[in-house]
Amino acid sequence: MAWLGLYNYWIVVFLMMAGLYIVIARENLIKKLVGLNVFQASVFILYITVGKVDGGTAPIIAEGIEVYSNPLPHVLILTAIVVGVATTALGLALVVRINEAYGTIEDDELEERERET
Amino acid sequence: MIHHLILRVVAKLLIPYILLFGLYVQFHGDFGPGGGFQAGVIFASAFVLYALIYGVEKARQVIPDAVLRVGIGLGVLIYGGTGVVSLLLGANYLDYSPLAHDAPHGQHIGIFAVELGVGITVASVMATIFFQFAGRSERDEED
Amino acid sequence: MILPHLPALQVVVPLLAAPLCVVLRRTAVAYGLAFLASWAAFAISVLLLLQVLDSPGGVISYELGGWAPPWGIEYRIDPLNAYVMLIVAAIGAVVITYAGPSVAREIAEPQRYLFYTSYLLCLSGLLGVTVTGDAFNVFVFLEISSLSSYILISVGATPKALTAAYRYLIFGTIGATFYLIGVGLLYQMTGTLNMADLAQRVPPLAGNRTILVAFAFIAVGVGMKAALFPLHIWLPNAYAYAPSVVSAFLAATATKVAVYVLIRVYLTIFGAEFSIAGMGIGYVFMPFAIAAMFVGSAVAIFQPDVKRMLAYSSVAQIGYIVLGFGIATALGVTAGILHLFNHALMKGSMFLALGCVFYRTGAVTIESMHGLAGRMPWTTAAFVGGGLGIIGVPLTAGFISKWYLVTAALERGWWWLAALILLSSLLAIVYVWRVVEAAYFRPAPAGAPAGEAPFPMLVATWALVAANVYFGLDTRLSVGVAERAAAALMGGGP
Repeated sequence: MAWLGLYNYWIVVFLMMAGLYIVIARENLIKKLVGLNVFQASVFILYITVGKVDGGTAPIIAEGIEVYSNPLPHVLILTAIVVGVATTALGLALVVRINEAYGTIEDDELEERERET
Repeated sequence: MIHHLILRVVAKLLIPYILLFGLYVQFHGDFGPGGGFQAGVIFASAFVLYALIYGVEKARQVIPDAVLRVGIGLGVLIYGGTGVVSLLLGANYLDYSPLAHDAPHGQHIGIFAVELGVGITVASVMATIFFQFAGRSERDEED
Repeated sequence: MILPHLPALQVVVPLLAAPLCVVLRRTAVAYGLAFLASWAAFAISVLLLLQVLDSPGGVISYELGGWAPPWGIEYRIDPLNAYVMLIVAAIGAVVITYAGPSVAREIAEPQRYLFYTSYLLCLSGLLGVTVTGDAFNVFVFLEISSLSSYILISVGATPKALTAAYRYLIFGTIGATFYLIGVGLLYQMTGTLNMADLAQRVPPLAGNRTILVAFAFIAVGVGMKAALFPLHIWLPNAYAYAPSVVSAFLAATATKVAVYVLIRVYLTIFGAEFSIAGMGIGYVFMPFAIAAMFVGSAVAIFQPDVKRMLAYSSVAQIGYIVLGFGIATALGVTAGILHLFNHALMKGSMFLALGCVFYRTGAVTIESMHGLAGRMPWTTAAFVGGGLGIIGVPLTAGFISKWYLVTAALERGWWWLAALILLSSLLAIVYVWRVVEAAYFRPAPAGAPAGEAPFPMLVATWALVAANVYFGLDTRLSVGVAERAAAALMGGGP
């Protein structure tokens, strides 16, 4: 069962493809953003699971503990999560404004309306 | 609003503890898991809870937009300012060591100031994001 | 005392000016801060370039927070960084000089201080990408600049700016996340994020499947940010509907910085030998670059909106830049880097000239430019000056970079490629001529608004046109630094 050994990659790849598919296939702008979030979350999981060291505990120095997990990926992903939050907030704000301007958040209807003007 | 009585009472009980927990996560970040990002979000969640129960307008009276706007800028300035101070003390940017009489204390003070800046900005940004979205829908309903 | 800290100050000055704008809020104060910070950044970039050229190894290293690399974040500046930084900071300084009246015309008063805040963040993000020597830090700065550029685009006059910004956001985020995946895989294999350290550790692992996957992810991710054909579809709308200032600034800097990341990742981290000889990266990018040159220019010919036309022209010009990289010799890379520099000057001046037109007439369609030469002679002349550069007429900077491109193609014996470069330049003549014809040979409609744009706008536009001519005559700086950068990059390569 070696192919199951690194099961975290299966989860990551599944989420990545699911997220990317949602971004591409959905017309609804909010659903696209949700897909984008799933896609980003998969990368966060990729980083964090890579940081796990077998038998390691949380990287807080304590007596009697020799093996710690790698804290660096967590720190990196904390930054990436903040970037993700900012992106989502900005994306949603744009969707609100688009809805106010066009009265729809469906991509195909938007394109129709843009062609009319 | 009378039928929200339970919610209001529970919220009144909870909000101080949420704020306190936010501060704990902020200032205990040296010794345990925690730090400005998490603390800021927890701190802001108290205001979000308040706004959910008492309405956005009331929450905006508690913490006006102007305060949040200044908070957003101030936090970044504290962070960046710490780096500028270490520059002025002759070290590299964001090198905390010269901030006190010896390097470990300097590191302590530096990370404290930086995390405080992060906390203020994150809390203000989170509250602002919520108020902007929530405020917009309430205004729409009034129209 | 301050000289050794310039690499950090380069990012910190605009980055700290931005929150000050938010706190102080007054439009005039915000503009003043943005103006000072941009010019300070330009001054710093000049000093840094001089330092780099003077330093014996050609590299300046700055340890952020006093943590030694490869553990800490290192700001590492070699001729390539300094060169890209110089053009970004120069465009920033020129654009902010221009911005006052144009922003007053196009952005509502309550939003202006936020506009300058976003502009400063975008500038510091772009400068940060160029200054840093840390692969993850590049992602962070790339996203700082991208997020603020989405905002800058979305404040354009029409609702179409909103959808353009949204599509750019989706594309940009996917691109950045792809880059993040690539960096994560590299980190997984090497345990380091420092570029110089990666450059030591990655090449021995060449052929490892994880490294290959990282290679591919980064190519696609950065290709999206750089709007490399066929990943360019976000670009035309984003540039066409953004405010004039933003179009000029982004067209001249944002995609250039992404191309810089591309060069940096493939020629420094993976190394010239692995990327070019091992993976044939040149042959991967070249077809897309050639396609971009032709498709971009051909589509540009049929655009009724001049701003959109220039946006498609940018797609084509990015093709030329990447083509130089695709030729994959020292001369080719020199040509690519050189065109990156020159194109920023040319396209910047053209977009700024269009901004002047928009300021006076409120439109930038071909029709609205009928008889413009009589109504706004200086602006029209500036536009034509930039256009001559895009075509590649001798005595302009555009000629120099095309000359180097053709020479690089011939050096490899690819005469067909040289022919293609010249052929695609003919397309540029067509779309520039359309504007010239409208402006000089059509009568102005009755009652059309006349009169030049305000003085600062004209001065800034002409400053770029003058630079365009200057670097067409005196190539010591532009070619000299590009050659040094290319030599450093291609050191171990073929």
